[in-house]
Amino acid sequence: MLNPKAATYEPVPLIEPGHTLASISDKIGGVVLSGRTPLTWFIVVSVGFMLMGGLGMAVTWLLIKGTGIWGVNIPVGWGFAIINFVWWIGIGHAGTLISAILLLLKQGWRTSINRFAEGMTIFAVMCAGLFPLIHTGRPWLAAYWLFPYPNSMGVWPQFRSPLIWDVFAVSTYFTVSLLFWYVGLIPDLATLRDKATFRPVKMAYGALALGWRGSARHWQRYEHVYLLLAGLSTPLVLSVHTVVSFDFAVGIIPGWHATIFPPYFVAGAIYAGFAMVLTLAIPIRKMYGLEDFITMRHLENMGKVTLVTGMIVAYGYISEAFFGWYSANKYEGFMIWNRMTGPYWPIYWTLVLCNIVMPQFLWIRRVRTSALGLFAIAMVVNVGMWLERFVIVVTSLHRDFLPSSWGMYYPTIWDWMTFIGTIGMFLVLFFLFIRFLPMISIFEMRTMAPEAKIKHSEGH
Amino acid sequence: MATAMLPDAIYGLMAEFDDPTSLVDAARRTYAAGYRKIDTFSPYPIEEAWEAIGQHDRRLSLIVLGGGIIGLLAGLGLQEWVHQIAYPMNIAGKPLNSWPQFVPVIFELTILFAALSGVIGMLLLNGLPMPYHPVFNVARFERASRDKFFLLVESADPKFDRMQTLDFLKGLNASEVSEVEP
Repeated sequence: MLNPKAATYEPVPLIEPGHTLASISDKIGGVVLSGRTPLTWFIVVSVGFMLMGGLGMAVTWLLIKGTGIWGVNIPVGWGFAIINFVWWIGIGHAGTLISAILLLLKQGWRTSINRFAEGMTIFAVMCAGLFPLIHTGRPWLAAYWLFPYPNSMGVWPQFRSPLIWDVFAVSTYFTVSLLFWYVGLIPDLATLRDKATFRPVKMAYGALALGWRGSARHWQRYEHVYLLLAGLSTPLVLSVHTVVSFDFAVGIIPGWHATIFPPYFVAGAIYAGFAMVLTLAIPIRKMYGLEDFITMRHLENMGKVTLVTGMIVAYGYISEAFFGWYSANKYEGFMIWNRMTGPYWPIYWTLVLCNIVMPQFLWIRRVRTSALGLFAIAMVVNVGMWLERFVIVVTSLHRDFLPSSWGMYYPTIWDWMTFIGTIGMFLVLFFLFIRFLPMISIFEMRTMAPEAKIKHSEGH
Repeated sequence: MATAMLPDAIYGLMAEFDDPTSLVDAARRTYAAGYRKIDTFSPYPIEEAWEAIGQHDRRLSLIVLGGGIIGLLAGLGLQEWVHQIAYPMNIAGKPLNSWPQFVPVIFELTILFAALSGVIGMLLLNGLPMPYHPVFNVARFERASRDKFFLLVESADPKFDRMQTLDFLKGLNASEVSEVEP
């Protein structure tokens, strides 16, 4: 899978030559409207649906029986629910980074990948949101201490708690991501409306397109608000994982109470997210033959971002270990020593292997420009980032200040079914999205076509 | 011309172009000729096109700022009211007005209100959703969302004259000029 062009250090184009405005519309719109769905799609959706069934079972049993079916107990009161929550919400962050931050930085290559990265964000946040909801065991009773609404008991949420900040951060993040995604979709929905021949399909896309007609007066306000949304999403995405890290950092548990947490969590989120974008983009571009639009240059750039954020994460691990020693606090020192040599040592060292050692292969250009190599490293990082959250949550809690209260945490079958079930739910939602909505932004891709440029003649 | 003999009122005249350069050029010349109720349609945003027809609406900046300020005040007001008036609680000896701890929620609500007002403002200023619009009556208009470019002169323009405007648009390198039924 070596790209011969890349090996000679020539810039690989963002879009393969020979594409016109019409061919871009037909190629991307055709994925949705042609009705030729690859067999792989059905396989993935079937498997995903099966796993989702497991999630349904696990959640049903949880609601009947209570959180006792999970492996959580004192001293480890926070188990899979928070690990999976942080993992999923982190994955979502790459989507916003690609759609908002790279837009502000005028990175043209984001155009090919922003739409499905945004889709990934929305579905990942849905999976994440499920955990805080169900971890209460009785979610219908949780509303009054999560949301400020006048209730018959006259009680209000505790706004000094990071857990309430989390509710506001995640729900704002979900809403703004959905708005950003939908606003980006409007012109493409109009394209599908005009392309569709079957009347009910035409009506459905027509209703969603809100009557968009490509007027210049509309485009001007549209571009204006799109830029403003990007400007708003940028601090928002940084705030979300910062608030998630506050869930830990505001506590006084050794290994949690650290000022490095917000930047370290944000970098980890982007790291995990880019790995997930690669995990999705590499098979899907192959499935639908979209190599013309998602070129090796896109994959290589994502590989570079993964490498950089991976190095920031590595810095986070090193500074955690350094502070364990330099703080001269015996609880902090014990915590880091326990992580490295305690009962969970294999998880810590696998995490170091997955998140620090393996991504170093991305320094090699041949790995960065090989779809297979990138996919392998992305999978390793996905695993590594999940282990990181496991290490942070479990190893800090299971042996804290008082040796008499030490204990171990083992997830149960219900924990695993819930976690793997959300992966199924994510796959189903994501594959439904690529089947029914354009997975690449058609109108933004058109601006990359050579004929889309305005030719300035007679000295303007 | 058969079209010129139609007695009914029309919404306007629409010229079709094959490339963005001709569209922008035509839009500039139409604006220079004194037409103001004009619009262009393109499958992707063209900055030169909206500049050519004199479109420059910056109100969304103010709308988003206003939404953000309302969100900020709502967040601050909600938390101060809850913790000082509605449900005062002494938590770890912290003062009731422990405002630094209110900052995250204030921040999130600022962003939420600003983003919502931006999107709703954009849709309202653009008059969307609008399922029916006369331009959709032009058969070839469905290519405005694919690969063709259109210039519309509305009949409501004071300078509009069915014959003269038709001739004027034909002189702009348009590949086709059609009448838009209301």
